[in-house]
Amino acid sequence: MNLPGVLYVLMLGAATLAVSALVGARAEIPLDQRRSSYEDMSRDTRAMQDDDMSNPAMLAVLDGEALWNAKGGASGKSCADCHGDARSSMKGVAARYPAFDEPTGVPVDLEQRINLSRERDQKAAPFRYESAELLALTAYIALQSRGQPIDPPKDARLEPFRERGRVSFNQRIGQLNLSCAQCHDDNWGKSLAGNIIPQAHPTGYPIYRLEWQSLGSLQRRLRNCMTGVRAEPYALGALEYVELELFLMWRARGMALESPGVRP
Amino acid sequence: MAVPARTLINVPPKAKRGDVILIRTLISHVMENGFRVDNMGKPIPRNIITSMVCTYNGEEIFNATLHPAISANPFITFHTVATESGTIAFKWTGDNGFEAEASASISVE
Repeated sequence: MNLPGVLYVLMLGAATLAVSALVGARAEIPLDQRRSSYEDMSRDTRAMQDDDMSNPAMLAVLDGEALWNAKGGASGKSCADCHGDARSSMKGVAARYPAFDEPTGVPVDLEQRINLSRERDQKAAPFRYESAELLALTAYIALQSRGQPIDPPKDARLEPFRERGRVSFNQRIGQLNLSCAQCHDDNWGKSLAGNIIPQAHPTGYPIYRLEWQSLGSLQRRLRNCMTGVRAEPYALGALEYVELELFLMWRARGMALESPGVRP
Repeated sequence: MAVPARTLINVPPKAKRGDVILIRTLISHVMENGFRVDNMGKPIPRNIITSMVCTYNGEEIFNATLHPAISANPFITFHTVATESGTIAFKWTGDNGFEAEASASISVE
């Protein structure tokens, strides 16, 4: 490289440094500064979530309760036949997922756990990802942990997966060349196209998103951000999502679960 | 989902005669507006709730006509005067023969 070339590269480097100083990388959010995006919502949207009578996700919860008690599959059993009353048996469960699944040797999220139980125990066909049935059952189970602190399992087997989740969170991707951390760690609270950038804590999943006009999972939300930075999203159910979910739940450890939440 | 529409209704169980009471209703429905197309560019036919009627002991006290711009899972709320004990019933009707009903009882002193 000739001298002007070197100078050019140096100047570019200095400019990049200046920009990153301007943006002010904050790295990981201190535990006491974490906040649910609930707090950034309008008063109307908060009211919608606060009242079970106006939260549209509660309609899906009714479906979920019916599915919980519906007998199905080759076993002819319902979820309730093994697990009993979800209000006691499923309390706190959603706060602990994703968790390690021994037979497959990988972590699974709550949706996947429901489907594994359908296949292994109920001998029924798994529900399609993002199907109304799977979301309804997940919402019903997650509701039983509402108000409970997120409590990721202290399972050493999860560590390598969670670490990979942390790497993906900090990995620049897509045509916009952005990582999750650049928005949600470094620039939360600022505006992006008129919206407040949230800290991205998965406190309310599955959420009823007004933009979607329906209930959706955390994986759907992650896809949303990936297409937003013009990266190719993984297929629903991919291990990469579960790793990210593991990291996000650890990042939100101790925060109260709001499921099923409402988001704009 | 092949289950009937879910409804959530909120009517105060008790009221004094002459009280103004708040009635709230929520119903599951996609409210597909008929203006969208699917991945193949084929129009998605309109599928909305077109009407909601509320009766108080058989007498109509409220009705609403719904249009394509109304969001999924319509939430409809209104006030009425508690006149007598009895049943407040709701009926929604819509495209493709959609029908849903719900009711709640109220005791008025």
